[in-house]
Amino acid sequence: MQLNGGQALIKSLEMEGVEVMFGLPGGAILPVYDPIIDSPIRHILVRHEQGAGHMAEGFAHATGRPGVCMVTSGPAATNVVTPLCDAFMDSVPIVCITGQVPFAAIGTDAFQECDTVGITRSVTKHNELITLAQDIPLMVRQAFHLATTGRPGPVLIDIPKDIVDPQNPRSAMEWYWPSDDDVAASLPGYRPTTRGHPKMIRQAADLIVQARRPVIYAGGGILKARAAEALRELAELCDIHVVTTLMARGAFPDDHPLCLGMPGMHGNYTAVTSMQQSDLLIALGSRFDDRVTGKVDGFAPDAKVIHVDVDPAELGKVRRPDVPIVGDCRLVIEELVTAVRTLLDGGAAFPDRSAWNQTISGWQESYPLTYQQSEPGEALKPQFVLERLRDNTPDDTIVAAGVGQHQMWASQYWRFNHPYTWVNSGGLGTMGFSVPAAIGAKVGRPDRTVWAVDGDGCFQMTAQELVTATAERIPVKVAILNNAYLGMVRQWQEMFYDERYSEVYLSPDLPDYKLWAEAMGCVGMRVESPDEVDAAIQKANEIDDRPVVIDFRTDSREKVYPMVPAGKSNDDIIVDPSQGEGGR
Amino acid sequence: MAAPQLPGADFRHHTLVVLVENKAGVLARVSGLFARRGYNIYSLAVAPTDDERFSRITIVVDVESASLEQITKQLFKLVNVVKISELDPRDAVERELMLATVRADPTGRSQVIELVGLFDGRIVDVGHDELTVSLDGEPGRLDDLEDLLRPYGIVELQRTGRVALPKLDRLAPNLRPVRHTA
Repeated sequence: MQLNGGQALIKSLEMEGVEVMFGLPGGAILPVYDPIIDSPIRHILVRHEQGAGHMAEGFAHATGRPGVCMVTSGPAATNVVTPLCDAFMDSVPIVCITGQVPFAAIGTDAFQECDTVGITRSVTKHNELITLAQDIPLMVRQAFHLATTGRPGPVLIDIPKDIVDPQNPRSAMEWYWPSDDDVAASLPGYRPTTRGHPKMIRQAADLIVQARRPVIYAGGGILKARAAEALRELAELCDIHVVTTLMARGAFPDDHPLCLGMPGMHGNYTAVTSMQQSDLLIALGSRFDDRVTGKVDGFAPDAKVIHVDVDPAELGKVRRPDVPIVGDCRLVIEELVTAVRTLLDGGAAFPDRSAWNQTISGWQESYPLTYQQSEPGEALKPQFVLERLRDNTPDDTIVAAGVGQHQMWASQYWRFNHPYTWVNSGGLGTMGFSVPAAIGAKVGRPDRTVWAVDGDGCFQMTAQELVTATAERIPVKVAILNNAYLGMVRQWQEMFYDERYSEVYLSPDLPDYKLWAEAMGCVGMRVESPDEVDAAIQKANEIDDRPVVIDFRTDSREKVYPMVPAGKSNDDIIVDPSQGEGGR
Repeated sequence: MAAPQLPGADFRHHTLVVLVENKAGVLARVSGLFARRGYNIYSLAVAPTDDERFSRITIVVDVESASLEQITKQLFKLVNVVKISELDPRDAVERELMLATVRADPTGRSQVIELVGLFDGRIVDVGHDELTVSLDGEPGRLDDLEDLLRPYGIVELQRTGRVALPKLDRLAPNLRPVRHTA
């Protein structure tokens, strides 16, 4: 069957099972947009290419399937660099297709030409400039294979216009669909390890059975490997507490008695301190990020470390593990469960950990997350808004956050009882992530309620995608915790720069968020007092035919606690002032 | 025949022999990774192998800038990298080529020719007041000749990156245990 390159590209996406893609056409990618008219793939027309990238990420976060975005060359390609880097840092499987000037024009500084492959090389798992129309099906299969296997990540395909333009003879190709073997043979240097090394598994099981103060340090890899069930089995079998990092919220249910919640710079006291004092850290799909470890030298000084990751480069990158295991988290955890069972069947027994468990519950009682309720007439407390939102939405609601104080409060105060309900930008910390990511998540999971929890600073970066949401009838809901500041920066300036506030004030009513939302076809609301909160949320939940934006006016003085100051040891955790001095 | 090691100089350096797919942009991926992760490249040589699908990149890395293990692991994440071998300079045969144009007026010319001859180098071009000489061999030997030529006045000097292969085992397999008792 003779096709042109554009047809071959769209057909390849269909063959990969793509049902929806996010994008915005332009000159160089124009020929690929023509066959979309005849394709069953739903194309969502964004208002800015960055939105397309974050939507693809949100889709991937919520569904586990690769998100797809397609944009043109030059400025469009540079506009997706941020989402690509975001996806690279958080190991999100997305495939990005960019147009490129005709092959013969590459290198001539042609109109809307940029070195897309060069620019995106360090922010993608892999990228490739396709030079022949005949290669398109193989390249597309490679891209999806690379994006979704091993450590997932973004893959970019750059397509010169001539090989997809039916007017150009270079676009002619004979259709084929490569087999798995063809793909494997075309990638001689790519063989991710999935099974754990049996000797390492046995060593890990030995350590687990002997440990007196073990903690499971679960990271985003649990979700990527679809290992939440396996994790639960391991934790329950061994009766070991679990901390879930920012990227792993929901990987272990918050309502489980063994769940300690989020560790790290703004983690809760018990999660942070239990890791500090543990004698065995079982790191599963986590990467000892600086926001988790604090000062590395002072991190969990007495702990032996079992580190499981599909990416061998993570093992020993920050902390040298006693037992390194390269492999897929789900498979390795299942193997660990079997190995521990074998030891228990052979007569081994866990040591008495009741003192440790009591210590942990003591911390939980002494240092719960807390905040002061607002006095009458004062602005809303952001934590209060989140608690009300949490309690007035279904248990399996998907929450997408931007980056900053609101993100930390959302992660702290929400109860994530299901995997794939928390969508956020962890590694890169991309402000403006939440609105487009929520839209992508809602497209992937139309059956779920999807709330974007956003800050006023973040909202102003990508709010235009609510126009997309209205036009495409994607009824996401946005809660802006509007404190009129770049809140996290303000918090640092208050705490570490002698309250010298430099360039952080934004204003509560410029723009007028309610009017702005309405202008974009959404329902807009403003909430200023605690007794209006529930009603507004309930009203928003009832609206299912358009997006809703609620402008919650929150207290700008509120700070995120606990906090481990940057560069300090986790032992130096600062708890809420009402709880006095923390620490050991 | 073990050539003399430069005392201490090479132990900061390790040689990585990286087999990569012979494709456009692969060298940029490798060098970009070094730049992005803050690793230092001391020298680099690249050429196709006997199998035209692959190229071999010989990279001498400064292991003070990062652990060799981390460099290797990050390199191996590049999809186009097929195989990586680490060569300790003590267990490798290393070669490099140097071309140097040296000032050699009629009075000094014979001395330069003599020096180059002592090193088994060759004169590859002759000008009015200059000679271009060529020497291949152990990097340390190239350093020596370079030092000796400097007083005459080096006009231009070009060295390739080094290439390396592992030293061959000279012991028959059944004699191998003897080496451990030695």
